[in-house]
Amino acid sequence: MSQSTRRSVLKNGVFFACCGISHVRLARAQSSPVEPLPVKEITGGIFAFAGRPEMMTAKNEGEICNVSFIIGDEAVAVIDSGGSVAEGRELLAAIRARTNKPIRYLINTHMHPDHIFGNAAFGETGAIVVGHHNLPRALTARGDYYLQSYRDAMGSELMVDIRIIPPTKLITGEEQLDLGNRKLTLKAWKPAHTDNDLTIFDEQSGTFFTGDLCFIKHLPTMDGSLLGWIAQLEELKGIKAEFAVPGHGPVPSAWPQALEQEQRYFDALARDIRKAIADGVPMAEAVKTAAESERNNWRLFDEYNVRNATAAFAELEWE
Amino acid sequence: MMIKPIRLRSRVVAFVILALVGAAMPFAASAQSASVPDTKTWDGLKGDVFGQKPIGDAGGIITIDAPKRAEDAAIVPIDLHFKTDASTGRIKAVTLIVDENPSPVAAVFQFGKDAGVTHLATRLRVNAYSYVRAIAETEDGKLHMTQTFVKASGGCSAPAMKNQDESLASLGKMKLRVFTSKTPGNEPMTRATEMQLMIRHPNNSGLQMDQLTRYYIPAHFIQGLTVSQGDRLIMSMDGGISISEDPNFRFEFDAKPGEDVKVEAADTEGKKFQDEWPLESSSL
Repeated sequence: MSQSTRRSVLKNGVFFACCGISHVRLARAQSSPVEPLPVKEITGGIFAFAGRPEMMTAKNEGEICNVSFIIGDEAVAVIDSGGSVAEGRELLAAIRARTNKPIRYLINTHMHPDHIFGNAAFGETGAIVVGHHNLPRALTARGDYYLQSYRDAMGSELMVDIRIIPPTKLITGEEQLDLGNRKLTLKAWKPAHTDNDLTIFDEQSGTFFTGDLCFIKHLPTMDGSLLGWIAQLEELKGIKAEFAVPGHGPVPSAWPQALEQEQRYFDALARDIRKAIADGVPMAEAVKTAAESERNNWRLFDEYNVRNATAAFAELEWE
Repeated sequence: MMIKPIRLRSRVVAFVILALVGAAMPFAASAQSASVPDTKTWDGLKGDVFGQKPIGDAGGIITIDAPKRAEDAAIVPIDLHFKTDASTGRIKAVTLIVDENPSPVAAVFQFGKDAGVTHLATRLRVNAYSYVRAIAETEDGKLHMTQTFVKASGGCSAPAMKNQDESLASLGKMKLRVFTSKTPGNEPMTRATEMQLMIRHPNNSGLQMDQLTRYYIPAHFIQGLTVSQGDRLIMSMDGGISISEDPNFRFEFDAKPGEDVKVEAADTEGKKFQDEWPLESSSL
């Protein structure tokens, strides 16, 4: 704490100490120069940052998912903005360190906070926010809840700038965006990881940005439809990509081998939950042991497996 | 002349105190949620729900089980067990409350006189660190309360629909499962039968604001539900928005073989759903 702050705290009385501290921290955060996100160029004009396989916290600034950008002849497209405006600003700094071309699109691969909380950082770039046609509805249902529920883990300093910014360009089926001699094919999927999953394929390099339809190492999370996800794995594998940028996991990853880990987990989860349902085991019991055989294959198993099993149980009960 | 400055000063003091309370609140709340949860919300709430009526400790008349953490905020399994011996009298009704939810009263269940319901499990939305409590009313009119504390989910879990199109496409579809009795030695005509009733419904809260229009999406949920067998009421429910999407009830009751189980439900848009299932002796 600086001298002047300490004086002002004393002047204003000890009770103001708490407010004072947060103001100082905020001021420091805003005045410090933004460090560019350490992205790597995975192929000509395509840059990506690999997030850590962790929960979003104040310490990691929500930098847990993979974020990318693609530079065309005329413009830039950003794929996911990260888990905080701080991360979004770092991503923006990484882009500006490499090109001054306008950022034409900010593509959100789906609704989850680690992918969209950085959107506000791009507010002044003029980028059009692009998403699955279900994304605005999904954010309507969850936006306020996300803003409130991440406060504990992320802390108010990081949360204060975060805004839920829904897409204005909506994708149904398949659609192409052009960055100037660089065509991106966007595809809106049926419910799988969420009911608003969007993928991006860069034709020039054969890079496939899967969003969270592909998890590697970080346990997949169920927030859409397990059956839908399993059913669309074959179609995903059929995408003729040179390599993939998964939503979570190494950047880049071999394709379609990148899907093998999650497919094995889904099979184990579905098998165990189906058996429990057939045996009449109540949900609360069944979720404690489902997919236990997968425990050692994943990071964040304890954080997400019971939740996945709960969602899977509620879905598979209707089979 | 002295009065004015004093009044001013006291107003300033009041303002400062207000500001302090405002500033201190979030800290207090997070400190509370990490250690012993307080019951402030409930203290303010109970009068609205039960008036001045005294609420005693459940003392085993009713017990509640819930996970310590709401792994999936949209689907938190809750288990209620009822003691049915004569000394306490029959449980007429049970009110299920999630203190910190925007609409805390999740459901009020009424049980038929000779239904013999001993167990009821359902699923709730839990929006925040919250007590989940069950208050049983016995035939003598007394209230008995038990509660458990559920921590909010971590990660990107939210108390919202996962697959909204599917949820609306199959609206009102029902499924009834009968589980084989866990106590094979009992008399076939009176033993408790365990059933699970599932209803497809978004059970939408109406508390979600459209980020573009800033309008609230209208609520759409199952309001009333009646389960009966023959002419007998097994249970009825007045439901709210804290019941999970696709409402799900697993319960044990005194089934009479050969009589149909009938379910009637109504939602806030006036839609009625009903179904009937024969209950064969062989399925008990």
